Amino acid sequence: MNGVHDLGGMHGLGPIAPPAQEPVFAHEWERRAFAMFVPLFGAGCFNVDEFRHAIERMTPTHYLEGSYYEHWLHAFETLLVEKGYMGPNELDDYIAKFKEKM
Amino acid sequence: MSHDHDHTAPPADIELRVKALESLLTEKGLIDPSALDELVDTYENRIGPRNGALVVAKAWADPEYKKRLLEDGTAAIAELGYSGVQGEDMVVVENTPTIHNMTVCTLCSCYPWPTLGLPPVWYKSAPYRSKVVIDPRGVLAEFGVSVPDSKEVRVWDSSAELRYLVLPERPAGTEGWSEEKLADLVTRDSMIGTGFPKSPSEIQ
Repeated sequence: MNGVHDLGGMHGLGPIAPPAQEPVFAHEWERRAFAMFVPLFGAGCFNVDEFRHAIERMTPTHYLEGSYYEHWLHAFETLLVEKGYMGPNELDDYIAKFKEKM
Repeated sequence: MSHDHDHTAPPADIELRVKALESLLTEKGLIDPSALDELVDTYENRIGPRNGALVVAKAWADPEYKKRLLEDGTAAIAELGYSGVQGEDMVVVENTPTIHNMTVCTLCSCYPWPTLGLPPVWYKSAPYRSKVVIDPRGVLAEFGVSVPDSKEVRVWDSSAELRYLVLPERPAGTEGWSEEKLADLVTRDSMIGTGFPKSPSEIQ
């Protein structure tokens, strides 16, 4: 798919600006998002190609503006809904209840 | 980082969304939070570029190992025990006095986890992925290093299966060093191709 993810050779995407040091994960939510991949993959919820394709189907602006693990979150949600592991509104409904408890 | 968009400060709702997803999937029996803890610990604390550094050091110290490593990277790296997810098909590319190698995944974030750990943010970000294939010398300048014009620069773009590891040149003045000590010279960036090993004076 010739989508926005096919970045090789594009101009003007800004400086690389590599930091001298950086943590493996910048936030706790990144740790959890990263780790969720393994059991979901292991349970057969999706394969690696489907996972990448879900990221490649993000809207270009969301893709370019979202951080790396936001891409992963998007892929989890997309695939879990498409494959029937959760309903289209199930996570949003769950979050609404979650907020009430907080 | 000097990006216009700050990738290190996510909106609070992402934090909440991930938390809720973990809780929902736990209720569904698809994930187990303690297994997630274990995975985080493995990739945050136990698997990292020291593994790759030991592979490089062994190749520097043992010509027979180096030969095997360049012929079949996956098998030679497995000899040291660094196999598994994202390291299933490894190709090792050797830097020489006339060739400098760099690696990238222009389409996503492919990276050899068993030897280098998880990739740094810049490796997965648009500026590096877009630029390194058309202006590798410009990228090296952003990392504060350069290679002479006489040297050919080769950029290797990962495919869905293949992962690359750069075998940097052994620094001069390290004759007779142990593999452990040689490994101290090997930086993560020297195995991606955006840097070089340390010089002996930097660690002594």
